Amino acid sequence: MIHSLILASPGSDSAELAAWWILAIAAVGAALGMIFTKRAVHCAVMLAVVMLILAAMYAMQGAPFLAFVQVIVYTGAVLMLFLFVMMIVGVSAADSIIETIRGQRLWAGLAGISLLVLLALVVGHAAIGAAAPSGPRNSSTNVEGLARLIFTTYVFPFEVTSALLITAAVGAMVLAHRERTGPKPTQRLLSRQRVAGGHPAPLPGPGTYAQHNAVDMPALLPDGSASRLSVSGVLANRAIEAERSGGRPAIAAEVLEPGEPADLDMPATVPTRGGDPPRRLPGGLPPEPPAPAANEEER
Amino acid sequence: MISPAHYVALAVILFVIGGVGVLIRRNALVVFMSVELMLNAVNLSFIAFARMHGQLDGQVIAFFVMVVAAAEVVVGLAILTSIFRARKSASVDDANLLKN
Repeated sequence: MIHSLILASPGSDSAELAAWWILAIAAVGAALGMIFTKRAVHCAVMLAVVMLILAAMYAMQGAPFLAFVQVIVYTGAVLMLFLFVMMIVGVSAADSIIETIRGQRLWAGLAGISLLVLLALVVGHAAIGAAAPSGPRNSSTNVEGLARLIFTTYVFPFEVTSALLITAAVGAMVLAHRERTGPKPTQRLLSRQRVAGGHPAPLPGPGTYAQHNAVDMPALLPDGSASRLSVSGVLANRAIEAERSGGRPAIAAEVLEPGEPADLDMPATVPTRGGDPPRRLPGGLPPEPPAPAANEEER
Repeated sequence: MISPAHYVALAVILFVIGGVGVLIRRNALVVFMSVELMLNAVNLSFIAFARMHGQLDGQVIAFFVMVVAAAEVVVGLAILTSIFRARKSASVDDANLLKN
């Protein structure tokens, strides 16, 4: 059904060309956006756009099976894995602008242009013929033909692939696993640390509904100043970052005292609500990230 | 049907964009994403050539590339999180213990 819809009939030449132009421009735009956007999450979204467009192009070229695999594996599994890891590794961390290697961007741009010229020359010289008359035809349908090839000619690489996937899964588990090196803290120890940490009571809640309708508004102390403990460190960092990049400083003005340099370590020693000893939370990172990449996508 | 050369040209452009992304970005996650973009571009050209030859072998190879890319992402991201745990940074510039 999809197959007959996708394998273009000979008359739909201009339609395919128009679709190609639209998709190609969108794909190149999204790819450029991906490498030039600052926030990693936006990069992931742009990459999802490129991958979906490529899936559509696979479908246009008579590869419906690969189009679906592209959507399921790449946009479904790989990009979600990227987003999971991004949540662990710190969403708030934008790329630094400072170049560690002098002129790196310039040279990278030159290398990119020369690679483009090289590839364009090679591809231009290659004799790329027209598409074969009826598209891939070893069999009645695309899926059937692929299955026949995978399970006959390519059956050994296919099996090796399964070994590779198992190895990758085990490797990811080993890499993401962390041994407990000290003894498990007891309740007595935790309560002692809590009292010794100087803040035995629970942390103050944010000033939601006191003045504003948002959790990033700090609670006010009796003397009218803002309580720094009442806002999550992640939100404070985001505000500082927004202020740095010229955006609107949502809460930074109230959380940070005026005149104070915006140091990223400001909310660093927040006693966590569990009563743990004060820990450093660099970049607003939760102290114990859950085991990350253990969820393999099964291919 | 339009010529496979169109698709190969697009694949070349996407590949170059991915390569430039690998070179200019510092966040290791974004570098990884650029590598994925390059792999996808190569897959596109595989499928275009499969169509040109009227055979399915190119599609099978693209399928294998996808599988290997999935395995690569899994291991790479696991390495990234363990580096992040040790160094508290996801920037490729900060993983410089072996320098000098």
